[in-house]
Amino acid sequence: MSLMLEPNPEQLKSQKVYKEMGLSDEEFAMVEKILGRLPNYTEIGLFSVMWSEHCSYKNSKPVLKKFPTTGDKVLQGPGEGAGIVDIGDEQAVVFKIESHNHPSAIEPYQGAATGVGGIIRDVFSMGARPVALLNSLRFGELDSPRVRYLFEEVVAGIAGYGNCIGIPTVGGEIQFDASYEGNPLVNAMCVGLIDHKDIKKGQAHGVGNTVMYVGAKTGRDGIHGATFASEELTDQSEEKRPAVQVGDPFMEKLLLEACLELVQSDALVGIQDMGAAGLTSSSAEMASKAGSGIEMNLDLVPQREAGMTGYEMMLSESQERMLIVVTKGREHEIVDLFSKYDLEAVSIGHVTDDKQLRLLHKGEVIADVPADALAEEAPVYHKTSIEPAYYREFQAMNNDIPAVENYKETLTALLQQPTIASKEWVYDQYDYMVRTNTVVAPGSDAAVIRIRGTRKGLAMTTDCNSRYMYLDPETGGKIAVAEAARNIICSGGEPLAITDNLNFGNPEKPEIFWQIEKAADGISEACRTLNTPVIGGNVSLYNETNGTAIYPTPVIGMVGLVQDVDHVITQPFKAAGDLIYLLGETKPEFGGSELQKLTYKKIFGKAPALDLDTEAEYQEKVLAAIRSGLIASAHDLAEGGLAVAVAESLFSPKKLGADIHLSGDATTQLFSESQSRYLLSVKKEHQQEFEKLTGAALIGEVTDTHTLQVFINNEVVLEEQTEVLEKAWKGAIPTCLLK
Amino acid sequence: MYKVKVFVTLRESVLDPQGTAVKDSLHSLNYSEVSDVRIGKYMELSIEKSDRPVEEVVKEMCERLLANVVIEDYRFEIEEAVAQ
Amino acid sequence: MKFAVIVFPGSNCDIDMYHAVKDELGCEVEYVWHDAGSLEGFDGILLPGGFSYGDYLRSGAIARFSNVMKEVVKAAEAGKPVLGVCNGFQILLEAGLLPGAMRRNESLKFICRPVKLKVENNETMFSAVYEENQVITIPVAHGEGNYYCDEETLVRLKENNQIVFTYHEENPNGSLEHIAGIMNEKGNVLGMMPHPERAVDELIGGADGLKLFQSIVKQWREAHVVNA
Repeated sequence: MSLMLEPNPEQLKSQKVYKEMGLSDEEFAMVEKILGRLPNYTEIGLFSVMWSEHCSYKNSKPVLKKFPTTGDKVLQGPGEGAGIVDIGDEQAVVFKIESHNHPSAIEPYQGAATGVGGIIRDVFSMGARPVALLNSLRFGELDSPRVRYLFEEVVAGIAGYGNCIGIPTVGGEIQFDASYEGNPLVNAMCVGLIDHKDIKKGQAHGVGNTVMYVGAKTGRDGIHGATFASEELTDQSEEKRPAVQVGDPFMEKLLLEACLELVQSDALVGIQDMGAAGLTSSSAEMASKAGSGIEMNLDLVPQREAGMTGYEMMLSESQERMLIVVTKGREHEIVDLFSKYDLEAVSIGHVTDDKQLRLLHKGEVIADVPADALAEEAPVYHKTSIEPAYYREFQAMNNDIPAVENYKETLTALLQQPTIASKEWVYDQYDYMVRTNTVVAPGSDAAVIRIRGTRKGLAMTTDCNSRYMYLDPETGGKIAVAEAARNIICSGGEPLAITDNLNFGNPEKPEIFWQIEKAADGISEACRTLNTPVIGGNVSLYNETNGTAIYPTPVIGMVGLVQDVDHVITQPFKAAGDLIYLLGETKPEFGGSELQKLTYKKIFGKAPALDLDTEAEYQEKVLAAIRSGLIASAHDLAEGGLAVAVAESLFSPKKLGADIHLSGDATTQLFSESQSRYLLSVKKEHQQEFEKLTGAALIGEVTDTHTLQVFINNEVVLEEQTEVLEKAWKGAIPTCLLK
Repeated sequence: MYKVKVFVTLRESVLDPQGTAVKDSLHSLNYSEVSDVRIGKYMELSIEKSDRPVEEVVKEMCERLLANVVIEDYRFEIEEAVAQ
Repeated sequence: MKFAVIVFPGSNCDIDMYHAVKDELGCEVEYVWHDAGSLEGFDGILLPGGFSYGDYLRSGAIARFSNVMKEVVKAAEAGKPVLGVCNGFQILLEAGLLPGAMRRNESLKFICRPVKLKVENNETMFSAVYEENQVITIPVAHGEGNYYCDEETLVRLKENNQIVFTYHEENPNGSLEHIAGIMNEKGNVLGMMPHPERAVDELIGGADGLKLFQSIVKQWREAHVVNA
């Protein structure tokens, strides 16, 4: 590789080189003012990545302030690698979600794989043992060959990394919609367990302490990845391929085990992942959070390629690296510990008291900038927000009930919609069992893993219906949180907290910024009512292809506590003779529904309404009934409404059937997507007690006929063998991929 | 110093599902003239000169580690590299 | 009876194996790091699944040269039970302790799911507690489990009843003759792709794998009662 001659400070300014790095004229002027001189090429590189949206949240900060981030059980809110929530017995759960959207659009396998690798490091850099992975994916419609390629490669990348490192991928969600055609979303979530005493922070305390570099060597990969993530994708984006890194899960497995051994050592002062903006963000943030400075000699950085400049080393996003601060004089202990795992641990600098990030290379100071300026003092922009015309139009519409001629055919068609269809093709590629704690595997409402040595379990899910979000971001935001909570409840867990991944279009467009604000309002309100604070997350803006934005997609990752694994409930019906109940009110609500999409090939109107008090009340009731042992199966009503929920509850090796009796408008009863509803099955002996506790409506009975029969106003409107429905549901995605 | 190129492929008798998939894909792109695809591995080794003949050393490496002779064939090319 | 769980860099089912033996089987067990120079004091050797050395080059190809593998060979020669699961099986093949080789799954995809196995031979130290032809459910989780050997080897495997488990009804990876697990001629080294250590507790989806471990212990106890 030939070395590009770096422009000098005057050229930087006069030729506006900073613009290519994503800084505006005003931002460059700010840097000049902070330094009291012109920045050099390395320094402007540091500012450009640290002040990118990805690292600084400069456009989303005002919105993020809306979120409730504290609670009795919150031990660590946003600001560190991952948030932490107390689960009793001196244990805590650590979790976070993060996006890797743009890299995955360009190189889907490595983009997805390194997304998984990054979020795992965020969790173990807190000192926690990662115990589960989840994801949330969005793709265009599967009829495009490019989308099929992206879908297959993203799934393979997630599998390739997670399986190799040996952390089970236990859950997730996938939706398909044309708005994601050129800009798929790949959000990965990691959940870890920690003892309170082991919690570590990314802070560089103690003047004179040693800064050490551990893990993989630094190469030129991923330079300006954070900046790349903060731009729209265009037809030229493929040319930016160097921004995509290659993951090495084997290296990360070693790094994980070594770091977990490291956190037991009292020589460790602070630890942080070298994620986005690599060495720059980890050093600047660790110094800034501790109110200290850091001086590093870049000659000492382990390098994979010859002739790297300071700029390249600081901006590289090579994977599987960590920056740690250790007590001076005890470096050899750390070197020995890492060498057991065949890993390098190298002293590259020390903590100072002058609050500067100072970099030396080949005997010269190549950067000397205030750490706070990089980490904390990025400009904050209050973007203009305008209510879009489409929203006003949709709000003015009346609820429309799509016409259904044949209920059996409609149900079958809904079960074949890729968003509803079985995701077995996907999760069979994930090792969801490794570490042998998986109590509820993928395919149920929420996954559950047990906590070995206790009776407790953790329930976890990711959710976001982006069609509702598009129609009405505020209501959609509430629904996303409520649905996540319902999934946790249906598995027998009590919701604890959320992490969110705010995937939106370009915030410089007022209509997009309006979506962000409204979604945050909805999420915040739901989190307050449902008592699930936001303990961290990620923002991914500029998800647009050639000027067209994705649907607003603030993915909610939620974790709940299962008090006793005996309370764990799954969605399939358990035995013939059990009674089937519906809890919650059904109204003609089809805006953004699967039936509307299927019927009209587009979505419009109002999103389903959500009353948060009712939501909270039902959640409490269902959880109480589960904990009292009254419930045999539970399933949240979501896409496709009651009919889909009943069908899904029949899909199990038992091949049961069900007779369902309803009254009123058949289409509404079967396919409406009204919120706050549950499908519950109950053994006959618990009938009275269950009805008294929940007030749910008896709508049918599980049978051994292997057939689903639905009566509306005492007339059969739908009759089909379970096996036929299951085959349609299971076969849909593999069939799409064969095209 | 030698530059050694090692090629490892599945043996003829062993089914190569990856190769078959690529062949099918090429056919679907209308390259009907493709009659077979075998996928293998390619490795580049830089080897210092030693007392033993380099052919012998490389053959031994292939047999012991680089190829699994139960299912794989190997061949190699040796070039004398110009010292830098 | 005391077991060793060998830990290679990149092993990731070591913990599962350890807990299956300790918590469910109730036997003594210790982790042994790949550079260990001795396996003295251990009565059974377990090679767990995972991605040793990232499975770079080929599954198990690098791990077989670990220091501890010399000791594993010695233990096998001494007649101690040696069980390799998944990556452990791949390592045993690469090390030549079992015949044949592993190819990528026919689907070219990693596959993780519970599968049905048929116990082809229940007269072994690994399967004595099962019924003959019993069908059991044990999960698989692998990308390279497509077992292959040449004609001659296959004939020998069959003649000596070395095929212990086969896939029943559905073959998840395309393996020759639906082979899921084979043992050496002497009958003390078993390699299998399915994970018995993942099927030892009803809470996590079944307990059919426990009998495999119980078989090992049963044989060991009988041998030591006879010797006593």
